Amino acid sequence: MTATAPIVACPGCVAIPSDDSGPETSGGLSLHLPGIHCAACIGTVERGLSLMPGVKSARVNLSRKRVVVDAPGVPIDDIVQRLAGLGYEAQPLDALMMSAVEGDAEGRRLLTRLAVAGFAMMNVMLFSVAVWSGAAEATRVLFHWLSALIAVPTLIYSAQVFFGSAWQALRVGRLNMDVPISLAIILACGMSVYETAQGSEQVYFDAALSLTFFLLVGRYLDHRTRLAARSAAQELSALELPWATRVTPQGPQTVAISTLAPGDYVIVASGMRTPVDGDVIKGETQMDRSLLTGESLAVEVGPGARLAAGEVNLGAPITMRATAVGEDTTLRRMIAMVETAEGARNRYTALADRAAQIYAPLVHVLALVTFAGWFMATGEVARSLNIAIAVLIITCPCALGLAVPAVMTAATGRLFRMGLLVKDATAIERLAEVDTVIFDKTGTLTEGHARFDASALPKATQAVLAALVRQSQHPVSVAIASALRPDIEEAALTEVQEIAGKGIVAKWHGQDVRLGRGDWLGAAGSPALQIGQETPVVLSMSEVLREGAREAVDGLRAQGLNVALLSGDTGVPVQIVARALEISDAQSDLSPDQKCDRIRDLTAQGKRVLMVGDGLNDTAALALAHASISPASALDASRAASDVVLLGRGLQDVPLAVTLSKSARRRVLENFGIAASYNMVAVPLAIAGLATPLTAAIAMSLSSITVLLNALRLRAVK
Amino acid sequence: MNVLLVLIPVSLVLAACGLIAFIWSLRSHQYDDLDGDAWRILVEDEDAP
Repeated sequence: MTATAPIVACPGCVAIPSDDSGPETSGGLSLHLPGIHCAACIGTVERGLSLMPGVKSARVNLSRKRVVVDAPGVPIDDIVQRLAGLGYEAQPLDALMMSAVEGDAEGRRLLTRLAVAGFAMMNVMLFSVAVWSGAAEATRVLFHWLSALIAVPTLIYSAQVFFGSAWQALRVGRLNMDVPISLAIILACGMSVYETAQGSEQVYFDAALSLTFFLLVGRYLDHRTRLAARSAAQELSALELPWATRVTPQGPQTVAISTLAPGDYVIVASGMRTPVDGDVIKGETQMDRSLLTGESLAVEVGPGARLAAGEVNLGAPITMRATAVGEDTTLRRMIAMVETAEGARNRYTALADRAAQIYAPLVHVLALVTFAGWFMATGEVARSLNIAIAVLIITCPCALGLAVPAVMTAATGRLFRMGLLVKDATAIERLAEVDTVIFDKTGTLTEGHARFDASALPKATQAVLAALVRQSQHPVSVAIASALRPDIEEAALTEVQEIAGKGIVAKWHGQDVRLGRGDWLGAAGSPALQIGQETPVVLSMSEVLREGAREAVDGLRAQGLNVALLSGDTGVPVQIVARALEISDAQSDLSPDQKCDRIRDLTAQGKRVLMVGDGLNDTAALALAHASISPASALDASRAASDVVLLGRGLQDVPLAVTLSKSARRRVLENFGIAASYNMVAVPLAIAGLATPLTAAIAMSLSSITVLLNALRLRAVK
Repeated sequence: MNVLLVLIPVSLVLAACGLIAFIWSLRSHQYDDLDGDAWRILVEDEDAP
């Protein structure tokens, strides 16, 4: 890392304007620092920033790779520049967006409740052990009163989480898992207070507390997974800098994109993304449209050309006149399409909720039947109620509350260590169900930029080519130059001349040599090379497969999944990639809508589709598919629409992600089975009126611990 | 058994101390950056005399 490292928020998408310093900071400012990793980095960053005039304080958070700077009135860009000077690439994060994640007040509240419940549970358990081992009458009553003293306030405080969510569900006339939980806790607590006052032996404070404790553990794990998912999503969208450079009578000005209006003149600097739809007014350049259309080669544009928002300027700066801004841009319309598709997917019901929908009514009916049975048999209200409550406590879905979060935490942690960021809480469940995998080509199976294979050309031609491409900064020339062997001797050229929009011409041994567009040279394809009056040779630009693409396709096929290739690119390149990877089902020239239609067709046939793609043309498809994965190099919108982001360069971990998800799903189902089998033993005892507080405590702790251990087995999946 | 009347309050108070210490550490953001704090201990403190 050097002090002159380019500061680009995301390679190839957003460059920070160098001449303008952007809006001023309004106090607390968060910056993402991907490069910090040790104590020296913390020291350098904090010291370096605090020596800046105007900076009050700077604090690095290494876990989140972030620095919070308190510097009222200091422009963001000064801070970014300063960090670049220190050798750290920095990306400003939207402060408002980040504050929700940063504080994590919810997590702290849950942990506090968990700590209080744990404290109370341990103390009450100590009293209970004394009672179970046969304490005398007076001691037992004393211990029960002490337990009540600890348990009642603790339950009121710690179990609020469940009461709140149960009440919300009941108000709209639905049953969720928290309804039987809350009912069991409230009834167990109420009955135990009554029994304590009666001086009886059947007191369930310990069971109610350990229930609360274990369920809070599950709730906290669940919260952690969701928080990680949410912060990943927000971090990705926060990377997009919402500024544009507008031409005004006073000169260029950096403004927020939202203030642009149709008719405004906007400068798109080299390396920047077009902020709005519009026409080119001044300048000629090449635009990279690959994220929008999937085209792998850059497109030449000049005055009058139409540009859509989201294209990247690869060449010289251009000025464009905005024709559509804000919600009307191609980009926004695409995003709206994505949101519609996402809405459909949000209707997916998590496994735990599906289990709860069956389980909760069953438990309530069982308790009710038990009460009715005992009341008819004995006529004693108190005794019947007592036994019915024992049934509710024993059947309380403790393991259900813990089964899913524990497995999901283990699975997301495991995937993260492999370089896969899980963004959606139910992603793993959905990933486990897929049977068809659809890949996009450009940027997903291939590296996104084309590469040139020179080995087939004769030596002399290579020498001419090497000399020609050296003279040009055109992206195609640069790509060819990088593909030629460095030891090739360049031919001696004279009178080199670049013809804009056509190519490059020079004299070599007295004859003209030309490199340029196919139609200019009369060749069948672009780019082509012509030496003298010979037939022009089309230089075949081939795409390089992404690292691990073959392993990913083979691995998925070995698992019995169907693999297909859907691309917006033209026929030949798609066929080459499909043949290289032995994918028989490959389609080219597809519009984003056609990709979506294909997924809808497959879904209608009962298939569950996993979409792997990166471009904006895939975004709607990503959101529509049952599950989706995008590489880290993908456009923000695509990463936002997908469930899993691949942080590494390779694709080879995709099959493992599917395997891991499948075993996670299996673990969850096993956990449900374990919980059910405990119930199978304990519930008949409870219905028969034989359940004691001791059996309740043992059944509950054992099932919770077994479920946790079973979840941890995921760490061993190969 | 009168010893219980002393021991039970003592054990409860001790356990409560642990609970309060945990809640205090949680509230004072001591769990927000576990990786950073592990490294920070190695940084030379420049303000030290």
